[in-house]
Amino acid sequence: MTLLIGSIQLGLLYAIMALGIYITFRILNLPDLTVDGSFSLGMACAAVATICGHPFLALFIAVAAGAVAGLATGLLHTKLSIHPILAGILVMTGLYTVNLAIMGGKGNLSVVGSKTIFSMIESMFTAQGEMGKTLLALSICIIIIVILAIAFKTRFGLAIRATGDNEDMVRSSSINASVSKCIALSTGNACVALSGALICQYQMFSDVGSGSGMVIIGLASVIIGETVFGRRSVTIGLISAAFGSILYRIILAFALKIDMFPAYALKLISAVIVIIALSGPSIKAIIRQNKIRREVQTVKKAQ
Amino acid sequence: MKKLVALLLVLILGLGTLSGCSKKSETPQKKSFKIGIVQPMDHPSLNQIRETIISELKAQGMGDKVEIITKNANGDMNLLPSIMQEFVNSNVDMIVPIATPAAQAARASTKTIPIVFSAVSNPVEAGLVTSFEETTGNITGVSNSIPIEDIFKLAATITPKAKTFGLVYNSSEINSTSGIKKAKSYCDQNGIKYKEAAITGTADLQQAASSLVGQIDAFFTPNDNTVASAMATYVKVATDAKLPIYAGADSMVKDGALATVGIDYTKLGKQTAAMVARIVNGQTIKENHVEQVAEYANMINISTADKLGITISDELKQKFVILGK
Repeated sequence: MTLLIGSIQLGLLYAIMALGIYITFRILNLPDLTVDGSFSLGMACAAVATICGHPFLALFIAVAAGAVAGLATGLLHTKLSIHPILAGILVMTGLYTVNLAIMGGKGNLSVVGSKTIFSMIESMFTAQGEMGKTLLALSICIIIIVILAIAFKTRFGLAIRATGDNEDMVRSSSINASVSKCIALSTGNACVALSGALICQYQMFSDVGSGSGMVIIGLASVIIGETVFGRRSVTIGLISAAFGSILYRIILAFALKIDMFPAYALKLISAVIVIIALSGPSIKAIIRQNKIRREVQTVKKAQ
Repeated sequence: MKKLVALLLVLILGLGTLSGCSKKSETPQKKSFKIGIVQPMDHPSLNQIRETIISELKAQGMGDKVEIITKNANGDMNLLPSIMQEFVNSNVDMIVPIATPAAQAARASTKTIPIVFSAVSNPVEAGLVTSFEETTGNITGVSNSIPIEDIFKLAATITPKAKTFGLVYNSSEINSTSGIKKAKSYCDQNGIKYKEAAITGTADLQQAASSLVGQIDAFFTPNDNTVASAMATYVKVATDAKLPIYAGADSMVKDGALATVGIDYTKLGKQTAAMVARIVNGQTIKENHVEQVAEYANMINISTADKLGITISDELKQKFVILGK
């Protein structure tokens, strides 16, 4: 049970990052690689603020820092016309130094002994500490989804969605596409940094290398979620991204449980499980098609 | 929606069955002591520690008594919390994390299961323990900070003309940066000049090392896992420029660095295994304070010395383990 609960907790915390990736990759339709850097940025800011005794402020500082990082990518892309992928890579690369500088030149910072939002909720719930942590993660996740869902229904939110769908159309209807792009990138990276901050407080340390591979994890979560829910409205999309993240963590837990193979086989096992999970709908479709084909053939033969 | 419910049910059932399995197999052999060993990535030194711990526990006749589960995060730091939760879930009796991030993840995931870490350079700074002298929580282990002064003294004996050192290290590895900090303060006190080249991954190593060529008389690298993974590149740059490398780990000298007074990972593994064995046999964590690795590896690579045209005195040859040839 510990593993399942732990996986759900991690899934909920990483879900916020998946939401950020959903905003940039799906709503804005822009491959944003800033994520690897902004995740560590959130961690670094949160670690320093938490050590100073401000676990709540830490989350807001992380959000602000992430938003600035996203804005930087947006400005590089829109003002200096740098290709969005390169703009993301540049900001991510630069953030490595920024993150080390924030953590005082150390690659790894421990927040053990400082108050975190998780240690506070644990002492509040005493006997049901794990339950408290899960509820906390769940409520943060729900709050963020609600905020984003409402934001993307406002006039400005619609402009961002339109920018992702058809930039030319947006420009011709005199909406400033650059502004929508910058705001969307800011929001996305703010989510990613918040996720990093929460993970830092959850695992009680911040490591400058933690962000690497985050884009892939986030994308996997978004797509796993889409396979389950299908691509529908933005609200459903946000929920499915969060759900995909939880599912991804459960899949990893499942891969960890399999003891038949040597320890280094972990990555392949998790890849295979993800393939199996994703191939479900297509296999179903193939079976359905074969069935129809057979039926048609029998009808033809009968004629 | 049906799909989703079905998928969830299958996963939860699957997990349930698997955890059920492990519990069933546990009850008949309740005597067995389960030890979970975790390493964050595949790496020569870390693998050596893991293998030594396992073989050493067997050599001490604990083969029947302990059951060892090994896990590897495959280079993904974010997997470490999940691995720890898996251990807690399958009721291991002890966690043995190798290297700092694994130890921190273990520390965060349990307050009751005994943890014996290995290969953590600075457990106090990493937030694992409050001091070397006493252990208050459920965690202790063997620390492996390297004797920086001895390495520079050795360098002064082998290559007395070396006045400027090139410090090559990964800026994101805490074990490495703490070694570099010590090295710099030693250099400052002893009037040795230095130039730094920090890398962030193995891909940067060749350019970083090359950038120092011409400005320095010798390279120095602490027990840096990233540099150790790409020693061949480093050694090539150094040998081409006829510069010696002084390193902080035995594996690096085996791979072509000139010399070390550094960590012998076999000895580190043995010392960790000894502590694990004591706790398995009934000692408490409180009775075992954090230990420093007791013995260092004194090694010189004679093939490298020949290539660089450096002669090693007979006196040193007797005191050091000589590799190569």
